[in-house]
Amino acid sequence: MLEIRNLSLSIPISNQAVLAVSELSLSLTEGSVLALVGESGCGKSLTAQSMLRLGEYQGVRRVEGDILLHNQSLFSMPDKQLRQVRGGSIAMIFQEPMTALNPVFSIGSQILEVIQLHTDLNPQQAHARALELLVDVGLQDGKSLLQQYPDALSGGMRQRILIAMAMAGNPEFIIADEPTTALDVSVQKRIIGLLRTLQQDKGLGMLLVTHDFGLVAEMADEVAVMYAGEIIEQGSVMDIFDFPAHPYTKALMNCRPESVKHGGRLAVIPGKVPAPGSWGQGCRFKSRCTFATDACNQHVALETWQQGTHQVRCIHVEAVRA
Amino acid sequence: MKGPVLQVAGLRKVFQRGGFLLGKRDENVAVHDMSFALLPGKTLAIVGESGSGKSTTARLAMRLLDADLGEISWAGTPVMALSGGQLRKHRKRIQMVFQDPFASLNPKMKIVDTVAEGLRVHQPHLSAATRAEKVKQTLALCGIGEEAMNRYPHQFSGGQRQRIGIARALIVEPDILVLDEPVSALDVSVQAQVLNLLKDLQQQKGLAYLFISHDLSVVQHIADDVLVMFAGHVVESGSVDQVFHRPQHPYTQSLLDARPINHPNERKSALEIKADEGVAKTGCVFALRCPVVQVDCSSFDMQLNNGCACLHPLTKG
Repeated sequence: MLEIRNLSLSIPISNQAVLAVSELSLSLTEGSVLALVGESGCGKSLTAQSMLRLGEYQGVRRVEGDILLHNQSLFSMPDKQLRQVRGGSIAMIFQEPMTALNPVFSIGSQILEVIQLHTDLNPQQAHARALELLVDVGLQDGKSLLQQYPDALSGGMRQRILIAMAMAGNPEFIIADEPTTALDVSVQKRIIGLLRTLQQDKGLGMLLVTHDFGLVAEMADEVAVMYAGEIIEQGSVMDIFDFPAHPYTKALMNCRPESVKHGGRLAVIPGKVPAPGSWGQGCRFKSRCTFATDACNQHVALETWQQGTHQVRCIHVEAVRA
Repeated sequence: MKGPVLQVAGLRKVFQRGGFLLGKRDENVAVHDMSFALLPGKTLAIVGESGSGKSTTARLAMRLLDADLGEISWAGTPVMALSGGQLRKHRKRIQMVFQDPFASLNPKMKIVDTVAEGLRVHQPHLSAATRAEKVKQTLALCGIGEEAMNRYPHQFSGGQRQRIGIARALIVEPDILVLDEPVSALDVSVQAQVLNLLKDLQQQKGLAYLFISHDLSVVQHIADDVLVMFAGHVVESGSVDQVFHRPQHPYTQSLLDARPINHPNERKSALEIKADEGVAKTGCVFALRCPVVQVDCSSFDMQLNNGCACLHPLTKG
């Protein structure tokens, strides 16, 4: 189990630490996919990167809360152990397959580096393992691929290589930050198929960061919708698609071109996500919300709605549903 | 009756690779024999994957790139033979909006100067005051307030920058806008705003759009007609309704099948996971990936017949 508990993070804006993620809790279990959804600037990538403590190099600081891998805090872990966790128990797949690979090293040396860091295999075994990983991600001609450099490969191929590298340390958890956004539609579908197959075959826990409800529909078991640094709705993928309860979730789903007839006007959400530091008092969505009333000036907690695991942070849920 | 505002016939573009000092010269035909006509007030979309030649086609039609063969006319004027000042005079007929709003605005120029640049070229006699007034009006049309004029691009969000990019294109009052993936860098909520704006502007001004995109739901929403490209060839063309509801070419069908689903209920148990095959060197370019390929496909010449370049179309036109 990989757990975020009550985590608040700050980012530096003009030399000041400004809160960018507030009191966020999530848990990732082996064998299931949790999608973290929201517009740019809502803090979803920051949250994903914090799960490997990567943001710290850009000045992201933990204000409170904790991240626990099998009940052990990532923040109190010695550096040496943290390095074993990164790419070992927890692997990451980045959005941009064009920039995530190092252009001056061959594919082979980049994959072998991960294998050597995280396993005890000797060079021959490591080479065999690299070929095996490439077959797992649908690349048959491994021998010649290992010799090639990233610039010779298409976006889809590179993303497959990055997935192979993520699998090289035998992870229990994968953090995938917009893994298909930079790819062509036809390639997207195949990468989705590949991620789903690997996730199910190996029983991985996956955090899928995306703004694309199509990808959520394809892959997620659970969904958490983020807005202005906090989770505003969470539930099973069916809860979110069939009974979206927060005005923001509903509005976001209605913006998609698929939701109107040809030539019709698309629904829009007026305004934009408030930047960290200007969230204001009470509900952070109220300035863009069609249901907002004076009562929305009170900040509300994430509360269980209707049944089971579906949670919403809104006082107008009944009105939204009507 | 009005004729097409943009017409191209038999366009061909070959890119050369290598050949300097060492190695063999390598030819890559980016666009083969492309023809289409765009009517005023209509939207023609070109769809296809990266490398299919859709952006090259847009650049050829704009004469940002020179075609090796073919004819182009803007608002009835043949422009292939024009160059220099003569070409520039006609350029205000056709303007472009680029994909990446973070890269397509000069970070050192104020918004007012960026938007006014087209006016300086095409209407140099205008006074500074008239020019500023026009910039203000055009920005307002695109939903950007007057206070934006003296700011710089970094002070705006992606959606606002794209509106500014649209204002910059509109200020010279073109007949045609070439939109190269204008919403693919935007969030879905902002994408909806920009698509609505494009629709409004088209209705108000009777603009014709050449809309390049790989996103089929966006195309289905905004376009009247569609060209589907694969490896430099148009493999299918027709109205949005035809192409989306009665696709003839197996490639069009495969693109439609690859569309994201709308609801978790539509999940298929097994998805294809193997890597994509390449492009066939002879005969039908799609043959290596085609599910209904037959022996005679290896000698097919990719000619469009009834809007479809296929020997074994899925439905009869």
